[in-house]
Amino acid sequence: MWMIELPPFVPFFIGALILLFTRGMLRSAIMIAIPIVSAMHLMMVPEGIHLQFTFLEYQLTPYRVDKLSIMFAYIFHIAAFIGIIYSLHLRDTMQQVSAMLYAGSALGAVFAGDLLTLFIFWELLAFTSVFLIWARRTQRSYDAGMRYLIIQVLSGVILLVGTLFYAHENSTLDFGYIGLDSVAGWLILIAFGIKCAFPIAHNWLTDAYPEATVTGTVFLSAFTTKVAVYSLARAYPGTEILIYIGAAMTCFPIFFAVIENDLRRVLAYSLINQVGFMVVGIGIGTALAINGAVSHAFNDVIFKGLLFMSMGAVLQMTGRMNGSDLGGLYKTMPKTTILCIVGAASISAFPLFSGFVSKSMVMSAALEEGYDWIWLMLLFASAGVFHHAGIKIPYFAFFAHDSGLKANDPPNNMLLAMTISAALCIAIGIYPQALYSLLPYDTGYNPYDATHVLAQTQLLFFSALAFVWLNLKGLYPPELRSTNLDFDWIYRRAMPHALQQLFSVIWQANRSLRDALKLRLNLYLSYFSGKNDRLSILLSRNYPSGSMVMWVAVILATYLLLSFI
Amino acid sequence: MKNEKKYLFDNPKNVKRLLYILYACCLLLVVLDFIIHRHIMHEWEKLWVFYPIYGFVGCVVLVVIATWMRTFLMRSEDYYDNPTNKDVDNISSDNKMLNKKGQHHVDD
Repeated sequence: MWMIELPPFVPFFIGALILLFTRGMLRSAIMIAIPIVSAMHLMMVPEGIHLQFTFLEYQLTPYRVDKLSIMFAYIFHIAAFIGIIYSLHLRDTMQQVSAMLYAGSALGAVFAGDLLTLFIFWELLAFTSVFLIWARRTQRSYDAGMRYLIIQVLSGVILLVGTLFYAHENSTLDFGYIGLDSVAGWLILIAFGIKCAFPIAHNWLTDAYPEATVTGTVFLSAFTTKVAVYSLARAYPGTEILIYIGAAMTCFPIFFAVIENDLRRVLAYSLINQVGFMVVGIGIGTALAINGAVSHAFNDVIFKGLLFMSMGAVLQMTGRMNGSDLGGLYKTMPKTTILCIVGAASISAFPLFSGFVSKSMVMSAALEEGYDWIWLMLLFASAGVFHHAGIKIPYFAFFAHDSGLKANDPPNNMLLAMTISAALCIAIGIYPQALYSLLPYDTGYNPYDATHVLAQTQLLFFSALAFVWLNLKGLYPPELRSTNLDFDWIYRRAMPHALQQLFSVIWQANRSLRDALKLRLNLYLSYFSGKNDRLSILLSRNYPSGSMVMWVAVILATYLLLSFI
Repeated sequence: MKNEKKYLFDNPKNVKRLLYILYACCLLLVVLDFIIHRHIMHEWEKLWVFYPIYGFVGCVVLVVIATWMRTFLMRSEDYYDNPTNKDVDNISSDNKMLNKKGQHHVDD
């Protein structure tokens, strides 16, 4: 049964290798076949540990299957499949190979049964994905990719240090519940938190994702943060601090999203907001909450992918991504418009769309456990996400003022990928039981009772009303070409500036010190030479150095002469 | 521009219609609030039309705060692209001063 022992990342890595040597249709066929074959294989794999060996006295488990990991594995397969279809028109080996490796690394990470394997895939995620940013081949994307890589590798290094502490304390590397009782627990939480875009550590996401290629962003949005969510769900379920961190994550990005001009950056902020819901669910830690977090991660990959794809289509066809440049595209891109609206309805958690069936679980769990204020924050964030992702994205891209841009709907493969995503969004929304049957716990939760549906619909419609009212009153902030400062200002501006100041002070001090020293030295020199002047003419300063050179030349010439004799 | 195709929302009447549909839906939802018996999990939900008010007020507050945030967060689009704009000026003016005084240092 060697097939079962083959971890799912292997076909992706082998596939990436084959891609290097194939071209054209064959390459496309292989790219599509890999996620399908691997997913079919995955369905046959029973739960349990399938691969294990001992390394330096530690038990390593690169392939462990349970309900939590297989859930993420399924969604990663779906994401990879959709992303690959979306990028079929590309003729860019670098992007295609790195996307394949990236998807494989994410799969490797969710099946990792020990911290060392997790660390390896954690770093691989960073190194494979950065090429999707650099593939845009602009100076801006190169810089953003560099910052992304530095932060991701930093997260990996912290994870490694935490792992070493953990191994020392528990003399095992098993990746299970860790908790916050030790230094190792905190270090590993920080490492996960960086990848999960916790507040303050979130700017790598909003910085890098909008700078990636059209297709690269679709892949990026699916894997890195979800691997972090998976890791948190495994190691820190029921850790109270996560509730507050998650609630902060749901709320603060929506303010930035409202004033951001680059629409893919708006989506990046709303990605943080959605991850916040998952983090809250993990922090609450009840069966319902964990189910909510995991299923929301599942749905988020699909609808956020759909939104990034529709914005990618706009970028591809018009070459623009700023809200201030776009508008009126529903006329010439009608299919993209409809698909984008499906994605927008899903992320806003309209009843009958996928977001509704998962987000409501987290909110119900928050209420059940008595986190009233958290629940209010989540409710505010739900209204806010509708406001910026549900209305702003479609409105400024496809409606609003007519920008005069003439574009067509994107190539068929892009439309097909978006259609698959949209169909999944609606299918999960209408028939959530299919999704629920995959979840780690059986809670018998039913999202479609009159109370929930009415409450959510009221919330959303009145948010829409607020948008209309603000727009009619002219109070809605117009899209402006701008950069909004966020926490990354600290390391992109303040710290370099402070260091520059510091160094200029150091150089100045250094220079004046040396000047003073040289002055002293000169004084001593002239003092001594002055003394010598009086003692002997030979050592005197007044004795021309030219005469010495002449005497040396005479001596050398004599030597030369002697050597001929 | 006679031949240009007319699109759905080119006609202001259609926009008006859409808005009226929205208003009607909102009204209907408020009415439904009194008809549908809901099982309440929290006392705040007992408040009269809690969700509509929360949604509306929440969004207005969100936009007002976000607009206010622009006053101190907004910079020009290429803010990060030429990071040392100001510093370059400083350095060149420094250099000018040095040139004037002829104080170029051996270590510079």
